[in-house]
Amino acid sequence: MNQPVTQPMTEPHSAHERCDILIIGAGPAGMAAALAAAPSGASITIVDDNPLPGGQIWRDGPQVVLPALAQQNRAALTRHTNVRLLTGTRVVGLGDPQPGDKASALLLEDADRGWTQHSQRIVLCTGARELLLPFPGWTLPGVTGAGALQALIKAGLDVRGQRIVIAGTGPLLLAAAATATQAGATVVRVAEQAPWRALAGFAAQLPRWPTKAAQALTLLHPRLRASTHVLEVQGTTQVQTVRLRKSQRAEETLACDRVACGFGLVPNTHLGQMLGCDLGGPLSGGQGLAVDTQMHTSVPGVFAAGECTGFGGSERALVQGTMAGHAAAGQVPHAQALRPQLARWEGFAQVLQASFPLNEALKTLAQPDTLVCRCEDVPYAALTERQGWIDAKLHTRCGMGACQGRICGAATQHLFGWTPSPPRHLLAPARIGTLAACNTAPTDDPFTPLS
Amino acid sequence: MHIVVNGAPLQVPAGTSVAAALAQQTPGTTRTSVTGAARAPLCGMGVCHECRVRIHGRTHLACQTVCTEGMSIHTDVGTAPGNATL
Repeated sequence: MNQPVTQPMTEPHSAHERCDILIIGAGPAGMAAALAAAPSGASITIVDDNPLPGGQIWRDGPQVVLPALAQQNRAALTRHTNVRLLTGTRVVGLGDPQPGDKASALLLEDADRGWTQHSQRIVLCTGARELLLPFPGWTLPGVTGAGALQALIKAGLDVRGQRIVIAGTGPLLLAAAATATQAGATVVRVAEQAPWRALAGFAAQLPRWPTKAAQALTLLHPRLRASTHVLEVQGTTQVQTVRLRKSQRAEETLACDRVACGFGLVPNTHLGQMLGCDLGGPLSGGQGLAVDTQMHTSVPGVFAAGECTGFGGSERALVQGTMAGHAAAGQVPHAQALRPQLARWEGFAQVLQASFPLNEALKTLAQPDTLVCRCEDVPYAALTERQGWIDAKLHTRCGMGACQGRICGAATQHLFGWTPSPPRHLLAPARIGTLAACNTAPTDDPFTPLS
Repeated sequence: MHIVVNGAPLQVPAGTSVAAALAQQTPGTTRTSVTGAARAPLCGMGVCHECRVRIHGRTHLACQTVCTEGMSIHTDVGTAPGNATL
């Protein structure tokens, strides 16, 4: 590990906590927001449900060497005494707001306790998750997301000597392949569903962003094949083989120990939607949180930055996070000054998203008995007659399980065109003790609003 | 670092997540589905909840939990009484 674990400066001690700016997510956007807002002197709390800060791209772990910028940002955060970082802490729902609060109160929970966090402003840096599409065998142990494989390796998963197939779409496949190879695995295939034409078009644009072009060169993999997608994973108790469709109706079956599939990203908007924020971020097919030129969402006091507004990589997230931090601290000119820098990375995001449209054939992978909702074991056949998301929930329990439709909601949106309904209380499974604590009155009010 | 998985001792490097530790034991199952199938981590980042396990009587997501010395982990979520769904 590169740095000692950043510990909270003060442990929460009551059922109610207050801060000026509450940042949800400690990835590049959340860290940047905190660092931009910190010099204002505002009291800042960052929460993240992972054990360590960094988000997905700067995920730390037993054998990770973090990029220099990630290390610098982490070190910088610890130098600000007005910034409190709470890892292993998730937002589970809405709390009761206090009179005078501009932003909603959020109900938080860590491994030991739950409490209501009050704040003047909220900055949502909730990132994105992978689009995971159902295919026969996708519930077998050993099948993961592509980013998930990276995350698990960084968290200590030993893949030495294992044969791994990575399939899906986008640059994340190559990044996952590089991580797996460095960890001692043999990546026997990187199956990119987009055609070579699309990949060449993407590569041709990269010189506009030299750091990205250089990065791409280091990631190229000899086992990369275009116009290739997963058909089925076979095995009894774990992955044994994967069947891939190659271009021109040809197939190949590869023996392997793991299959990692990612079909692009889905912005994490559940919390924003629960707060009432509009969707419509332009770089997300309308799926991301909508923000104005100061990263303000449609809800007063709530800002958003990074992949939850649409995806475009860590550089865009860093700029947006910085802008959101400045704006949340009331320093609008500082935020506005970064518009040209943001435009540059939004251009990259546009090229990225235009280059990897999903093949229609990916909608036909699931067979009648293929589970679509993994929490409630709802097969594809049970969903084909349903009229929409709510109808499916009511009749099949699709989306009613522990993940609250985060996996199958995005999948059915892609497969059937259903629009998952905005989440309601609660956002995530919560302990009874957390819910019991959230209604008690605050014991003191040391809070000084931002001027 | 020593942990205990379903009563059996296991040694893992410091800083390892519970999900990564369980994966050392093929096939790395974490829970049992509502129709009885074995499941293992899918998203690796706290979204899918496939990796929920029981640690000291409470349900935790294995991918977001770091192993600590002596931690006792049970992969019976979905089958043990009182652990049917969460």
